[in-house]
Amino acid sequence: MRKVRSFFGGIYPEDVKQTTAGTPIQALSAPETVVVPLLQHVGLEAKPVVAKGDEVLKGQLLAEAEGATGAPVHSPVSGKVLAIEPRPHQSGHSVTAIVIENDGQDNWVERTTHPDPVQLDAEEILKRISQAGVVGMGGAGFPTAAKLTLPKGITLDYLIINGCECEPHYTTDHRLMVEYPEDIVLGAKLMAKASGARQIVIAIEDNKPDAIASLKEHAGSIEIVAVPTRYPAGGEKQLIQQITGREVPSGGLPYQVGAVVQNVATARAAALAVRDGEPLISRVVTVTGTPIAEPGNFLVPIGTPLAHVFEAAGGFSQKPGKVVVSGAMMGQAQFGLDVPVTKTTSCLLALTEEEAVTPDSTPCIKCARCVDVCPARLLPLKLEMFGMNERFEEAHAYGALDCIECGACNYICPAKRPLLQYIRFAKMEIIARDQLPS
Amino acid sequence: MDDLKLIVSPSPHIRDKDTTEKMMFAVLTALLPVLAASIYFFRWDAVRLVLLSAGAAIATEAIFQRLRKQPIRVADGSALVTGVLLGLIVPPSLPSWMVILGAVFAIAIGKQVFGGLGQNPFNPALVGRAILSVSFAAAMTKWTAPFDAVTAATPLFRGTAHIPDLFFGTVAGSLGETSALAILLGGIYLFYKGYLDYRIPVGIFASVAVIALLAGVSVPFHLLAGSLLFGAIFMATDPVTTPITKSGRWIFGIGVGLIVMLIRIWGSYPEGVTFAILLMNAVTPLINRWTRPRIYGQGVKSSE
Repeated sequence: MRKVRSFFGGIYPEDVKQTTAGTPIQALSAPETVVVPLLQHVGLEAKPVVAKGDEVLKGQLLAEAEGATGAPVHSPVSGKVLAIEPRPHQSGHSVTAIVIENDGQDNWVERTTHPDPVQLDAEEILKRISQAGVVGMGGAGFPTAAKLTLPKGITLDYLIINGCECEPHYTTDHRLMVEYPEDIVLGAKLMAKASGARQIVIAIEDNKPDAIASLKEHAGSIEIVAVPTRYPAGGEKQLIQQITGREVPSGGLPYQVGAVVQNVATARAAALAVRDGEPLISRVVTVTGTPIAEPGNFLVPIGTPLAHVFEAAGGFSQKPGKVVVSGAMMGQAQFGLDVPVTKTTSCLLALTEEEAVTPDSTPCIKCARCVDVCPARLLPLKLEMFGMNERFEEAHAYGALDCIECGACNYICPAKRPLLQYIRFAKMEIIARDQLPS
Repeated sequence: MDDLKLIVSPSPHIRDKDTTEKMMFAVLTALLPVLAASIYFFRWDAVRLVLLSAGAAIATEAIFQRLRKQPIRVADGSALVTGVLLGLIVPPSLPSWMVILGAVFAIAIGKQVFGGLGQNPFNPALVGRAILSVSFAAAMTKWTAPFDAVTAATPLFRGTAHIPDLFFGTVAGSLGETSALAILLGGIYLFYKGYLDYRIPVGIFASVAVIALLAGVSVPFHLLAGSLLFGAIFMATDPVTTPITKSGRWIFGIGVGLIVMLIRIWGSYPEGVTFAILLMNAVTPLINRWTRPRIYGQGVKSSE
């Protein structure tokens, strides 16, 4: 048995996963029009290869990757391109999107399948993952093939498949592990082959015994590890620390300590891409929160507006005060429900008007709970003060750039201080000043 | 839903239920056994001094917040805590006007001049006691025995005591400091509620015990006599004026114990808890700087 090491700090937010943990994934049909943003990953917007008025098939390439960390996007439906124009995006900015009228036929583009994809060579696997537009579905949206392509001379000890899902609300990865363990295992094997990783470890928080059992049944030689339930156990750096006992060097990347982490949903997307020739055009989304009438897990076509997904979950039983895309800890609050679901949308969380109120902050009493919970072992109260007083050099010296923005400090603060906001502010200023010509 | 008005704010979107106010009122709850013991032993004097001190502290805080054009936040309980603490660490016979003056100084000089809650380097209640001690040395060392209010010497002054008396509190001393039992009950409550880091009190007890052993004096006597227990549990654990790092808290506790014993054994004062804690408060920023934890990923090499 592998000894799971502890990561630093961490918090125990109220576990509200039980609402949807037992709800099977339900496929949602696409709405009449879908809005496919050209930016659903880190990097540059994809470059459109279709034009207004074109007829497109389901799974057809809409836009090709731009730049080293770009990713292509594909059509989630068959139909007609209505427009290519800026549309509201989850990030709060406008992003160019391809608007498609759904003809309801679901006519697929031609797909090349491989009955035994593990036989493919690394290069071919990477090519198929890349062409399918697979990106990190745990939230970061880093293009998967790029993450699996290592600099020459690097050998990987570990491919860690992240099934922790430590955010307190969502259960998308949980349901995938229960319902599609074979796909996840296949995806893991393909990614290990593509990256040359010596061993695969699938890590799951111990509050999901059914997911652990399900994967163990299909894992074969792959190691399944239960990690203690504590936020942010599924943070990339924290997971590497727990599984390998190694720390990713400050400012460095996981491969430097011989590890690469991929999310379980990403693993499944890779399996579908290589085996079935299916691009990433849909994903599982948990819809949950007090105002939701019928919380559940849905397989949603990319480009479906949030409003449509909420309707599928029975709509709102009371007026929502806040709508968050992805987790309560790290998710982004939305201005409206017209923005589309993207490749990185794990969860739609609605909060009641009461839950949505930001509490007033009171003076810091230096109780240092933020210090105790910080997984990066920073002194958040100091960083907040440096950020607030625009003392960016000191913020830098106190490790502001090592902050992973998990929000544990903000969560725990009894004075309800906006610690993370000032740390983010300091980080942005430090990075911006670094880029100024000296 | 066209009339949907959504709040947009940065993550995280959930918060722990605990608040500063709850922490303050937990301290007051923890002080209940001590209050009960002080009223039991010293009767009306306990009620008089604690009420006056608390009232003066709250009034001073409100006046200062008004003068500084800040929202009046006395409901957060922090001035009340300071006032009650000061009331509990003065001799039962102290004149009323003196305790009021002490509370005014505690809040005004000990806390508000530095910017109010969270900004003060020194424990305000101890600042109040220090000011009273140097200003009114006679009144601050006029001790009375429990129950009958006749003048008596404290165990530390005499240098000896019956240990069970120290434990239950049937000795002369400051209002809230005589009963070890009542103080420990409060400490256990705070620890259980997660408001007390054991490192500081344990560090104090350990260093006092070790030095007592080395100096050949009674260990239980030095742990139980004087202000040590009360100071270790209710004063040296004030978050504002003590280190923010775990290792720093050990250093702080050990330092307090060391200075207490230096004063008790070789100093000219019979008791040194007030000055020991205030001195360690003074070096707290330095301790914080020395004990910064190694940040994740700093000082590690890549394995290539």
